[in-house]
Amino acid sequence: MSETQWMHVGERGDLIPESGIAVWTPDGPVAVFYLPGAEPELYAIGHYCPLGQANVLARGIVGDLKGELVVASPLYKQHYSLTSGRCQEDESVSVPTYGVRLNGDALELAVPVTAKEGCAA
Amino acid sequence: MAKQTLIVIGNGMVGHHFLEQFADTPAAADYDVHVFGEEPLIAYDRVHLSEYFGGSSHADLALGTAEDYAAKGLTLHLDEQVTELDRDNRKVITPKGEYEYDAVVLATGSYPFVPPIDGHDQAHCLVYRTLADLDAIRASAEGRKTGVVVGGGLLGLEAANALKSLGLEAHVVEFAPRLMPVQLDADGGALLKRKIEELGVQVHTEKATTAIVPGEEARLRMNFSDESHLETDLIVFSAGIRPQDTLARSSGLEIGERGGIVIDDQCTTSDPQVFAIGECALWDNRIFGLVAPGYTMARTLAARLNQDAEAGFSGADMSTKLKLLGVDVGSIGDAHGATPGARNIRFNDEQAGTYGRLVISEDGKKLLGAILVGDNGPYDTLLQYALNGIDLPANPESLILPVSEGGAPALGPDALPETASICSCHNVSKGDICGAIDAGCTDLGAVKGETKASTGCGGCAALLKSVVDSELEKRGVEVSKDICEHFPYSRQELFHLVKVNGIRTFRTLIEQHGKGHGCDICKPAVASILATCWNEHIMASEHVPLQDTNDTFMANMQKNGTYSIVPRIPGGEITPEKLIVLGEVAKEYDLYTKITGGQRVDLFGATLSELPEIWEKLIAAGFETGHAYGKSVRTVKSCVGSTWCRYGVQDSVGMAIQLEERYKGLRSPHKLKFAVSGCTRECAEAQSKDIGVIATENGWNLYVCGNGGMRPRHADLFATDLSDEALISTIDRVLMFYVRTADRLQRTSVWLENLEGGLDYLKEVILEDSLGLGEELEAHMQDIIGTYQCEWKSAVEDPEKRKRFREFVNAPDKKDPVQHWTTERDQRRPANEIKVEMV
Repeated sequence: MSETQWMHVGERGDLIPESGIAVWTPDGPVAVFYLPGAEPELYAIGHYCPLGQANVLARGIVGDLKGELVVASPLYKQHYSLTSGRCQEDESVSVPTYGVRLNGDALELAVPVTAKEGCAA
Repeated sequence: MAKQTLIVIGNGMVGHHFLEQFADTPAAADYDVHVFGEEPLIAYDRVHLSEYFGGSSHADLALGTAEDYAAKGLTLHLDEQVTELDRDNRKVITPKGEYEYDAVVLATGSYPFVPPIDGHDQAHCLVYRTLADLDAIRASAEGRKTGVVVGGGLLGLEAANALKSLGLEAHVVEFAPRLMPVQLDADGGALLKRKIEELGVQVHTEKATTAIVPGEEARLRMNFSDESHLETDLIVFSAGIRPQDTLARSSGLEIGERGGIVIDDQCTTSDPQVFAIGECALWDNRIFGLVAPGYTMARTLAARLNQDAEAGFSGADMSTKLKLLGVDVGSIGDAHGATPGARNIRFNDEQAGTYGRLVISEDGKKLLGAILVGDNGPYDTLLQYALNGIDLPANPESLILPVSEGGAPALGPDALPETASICSCHNVSKGDICGAIDAGCTDLGAVKGETKASTGCGGCAALLKSVVDSELEKRGVEVSKDICEHFPYSRQELFHLVKVNGIRTFRTLIEQHGKGHGCDICKPAVASILATCWNEHIMASEHVPLQDTNDTFMANMQKNGTYSIVPRIPGGEITPEKLIVLGEVAKEYDLYTKITGGQRVDLFGATLSELPEIWEKLIAAGFETGHAYGKSVRTVKSCVGSTWCRYGVQDSVGMAIQLEERYKGLRSPHKLKFAVSGCTRECAEAQSKDIGVIATENGWNLYVCGNGGMRPRHADLFATDLSDEALISTIDRVLMFYVRTADRLQRTSVWLENLEGGLDYLKEVILEDSLGLGEELEAHMQDIIGTYQCEWKSAVEDPEKRKRFREFVNAPDKKDPVQHWTTERDQRRPANEIKVEMV
């Protein structure tokens, strides 16, 4: 099992209410969404849209469909769940999800510990 | 009881359809099913084979996956050709082994017929049947110029299209005097030939090839019986099909005189343990070379194996509706009028390029057959008349005449009997649809899910929708016009809620009148309504999350996640200095540069973080945002009019600039395009625009609600000989009335078509002010014009807004790792193959 660690990826002020931002991690670009008033308020999924094949998901419109919080890919409008990463239009497609939190004003993401930093296997 | 073994030989469309139909039935539990396919690939859609050249892969065309087969308990043997059917010992033999069976289904299909012309078997003489064939054609075409298809039937024209898509100069050589001789008559074939030649495919009819020999300028030369010849780099034979009956023949099954495995109504061959379906099967001395009859046989056999005594194959309708190289072709029933006493009605419009023929019974009451070329609009209606024996209207010619005042007598969904076939791919009748609705389906999606209607080729989508809507309405179910699941209102109703209640944010609107968080349907629609009502900056923090990415970043997202930038160039008039700036900026950021269809310059390939810098440079040179990203006024196209032109009667450039400056930034349900022509020669093509203006000696003629694009519509003449002032106030009113009342993403053309009372009503409202709204509409437009701001400028000047343009908030200098580039015709563009590299 891979371990995770909290990585500092930005500040509270970088977040945009009801929308997404992209951050850079060793695991690849990640999209972080901020929904004030929702429970929880922060969500993080891969920034790369596997169907559109580009790093764009943070730039999609956030909403809810059939009771699930989703972002619509800005390229071809498929919806990805903010909680599970699953694509609503194509069950076989999904994007990774990440733990995300505010530690004071610091925005932190749970990213896998890379092999280099973790075990030497 | 031990399970029996059922072996299916052939994994094509029909074999696959049989497995799909059979696997879910009770009898399937009694059998171990083994499927043998000669090709290494799982069954795929051969009807859409040519899409393989358009970039589709086997996976896109595949009808199922190995996992689907495994999940249904089917054992799949691909790349394993059955070489012997040993009926005495009930086993099939392949190079890899022997398999015993209790029953066998032959679904071996057909192979392309290659006429025995001298030289037909040399290199670069190919056929068009499998993906491997297409790979061979592609390889043969590489770097070459010319390709010939032998055979002007349905598949031959498909193949010609495929050659064209590979960049070859394509020819079709047909032995008969016309194209598609089976489906079309002389006039229809001649029109199809003309249309296809206009598309750049050369058609040679009445040509018999005598030999294929080495060419002088190209690889091959085809010699014809009339002493003429044609040189080409490759030849694709598409001269018909022959049933693939070799295996059946060698096992001693009864075969027809001209080939084909003889079957009865139950798809049983001369051996009661062996069945045959699809193009290898001969029923009533006929081979059916279309997929739909094969599917019907597949369903018949699945029912037969379930002891369904009523199941039986009783022939198939061979009607076809196609788009060949973009040309509509339809052929229904007895298209050639072979029925004794049949009468004909023909309408041949050489001007419009449409041909229609009706074949009518001797008593004039029933439609026996029909041919359509150039316009398949009447096809669905005609097919229903023919298949269901519905009595023809008193003036049947109106069914193929162009739509005139009052419209053609459409066959409404109510006129169809319960037995009417709506979806022929999945054999769904109107009765099945009514049944699904009675069983609880309350919308189109549910009916599709329940009946599978319209999930095959999709050709029946419009008919299905009209039947479902009509049946739901009959049952008192209101067909929902709600914008989405978050608001129980149409766009027009939301507009009234926003306007009347003075609502200024999405959050307020959804809290008071909707539910949930919203979605990518309602958010941009509401953003557009808010912009029309209050015209606040779309990058204001409460509006930002509502916008599609193009509006958010004020540029157009392209397929690799970069953006293109279109500065406003009002009327298309630009100074040399400004042109130089565009060139310099494009060069500095390595942007691909293209003149758009609307006389603007589009700069492609800017990354998110480059956008503000680029705009700063453009703004400094006097440019503004061109709103190419918005549902808003895009461009006002113009000719040079009286300024330079010998024929211009008014200053079209001046008027175009005035209009573009006036309406720039107006947000609307759909994008809007204008044009101004300086005389009736119409060089600006104003009649294909939402707002078209054409100069006359006495002023301006105004045309409204035209549309180029996907569904073209000529604009209607709305008012004539207007002064400058009258022109502008009339446009103010029309546009404002449109933005207030149209549906989400509804173009002006569709809006007008749906407006009760149509053009006359619009004239009453706008020109006669029948609603007393005129002044208010003009005042509202004036408000919007007065609050215009260049969105680029206000974005780059605001550090908070500018922060939005960071590619990654924690790594400002990081480049997007998946953007890969190549160079074509001296400019940078995205590479076709992208490899994902995560660092």
